[in-house]
Amino acid sequence: MFIVITCMISGIGVGYLLRLRKLRFIHRLVLVLIWLLLFLLGLEVGANEMVIREFGSLGFEAFLLAVGGTLGSVIFAWFLWLTVRPKKQVQ
Amino acid sequence: MKGSLIILSFFATGILLGIFRIFPHDFLHYNVSFYVLCGLMFSVGISIGNDPTSFRQFRNLNPRFVFLPLMTIAGTLLGVMTVSFFLKNRSLTECLSIGSGFGYYSLSSILTTQCKGVELGTISLLSNIMREVLTLVLAPWMVRYFGKLAPISAGGATTMDTTFPIIVRTSGKDFAIVSIYHGFILDFTVPFLVTFFCSL
Repeated sequence: MFIVITCMISGIGVGYLLRLRKLRFIHRLVLVLIWLLLFLLGLEVGANEMVIREFGSLGFEAFLLAVGGTLGSVIFAWFLWLTVRPKKQVQ
Repeated sequence: MKGSLIILSFFATGILLGIFRIFPHDFLHYNVSFYVLCGLMFSVGISIGNDPTSFRQFRNLNPRFVFLPLMTIAGTLLGVMTVSFFLKNRSLTECLSIGSGFGYYSLSSILTTQCKGVELGTISLLSNIMREVLTLVLAPWMVRYFGKLAPISAGGATTMDTTFPIIVRTSGKDFAIVSIYHGFILDFTVPFLVTFFCSL
């Protein structure tokens, strides 16, 4: 896994060195690679009978985790908002 | 929204081809996705390093909002920790690694699949897509009850791209820079946190 992070950091270095050139194609490349990877992930999911059989319950767990994470972060943002909100704030 | 639908359709097509074994199954044993992942991370790095203007914009950031990304990370991790007590067949670290996607579903699901397998990768994909959708749908409600920073925290790593327009619309133009700053920091922490919790 550290190889993956090393790839990103060396990418940042290369991108910075080439910062005078506008590498517009890079965003498109990122998008295409993401499509390809999710297609591959789908292939793997589809070939895995256990995951397919339990897709519904996996989805439910995913939903609970999404709600938990979102709600937790919203509450913490609220704490920060209560301490730093602009004084002139009118509702 | 359109972007996530395209991504989902690639995932769905993959599933169908996988179920009906249309694609040669041996293909998966060559670990192609790992090399593609390395290429993706390299490209993501280039796009970060190649755009120093986004760093310069942060000078205009209101210093009171500097700690917002930390609040998002702490809040999310506490939230998924709470949920993990109710999920009997998931360990705490598994839940934390899913939560650390912060809505960046493409990257987090792939990283999770690489080290924890397809099952957890699928949960990670679905869960982080749902987070983005929840933010898009509930942003006005969040602003009303939890203040103008709430949709930014909820959006997680997506606040400089997919959820940016809705944030500017509901919280106001004054929050555009905070939103970009927040998305940038979280984008950057996703690979580190996901890998960290996966390796525990």
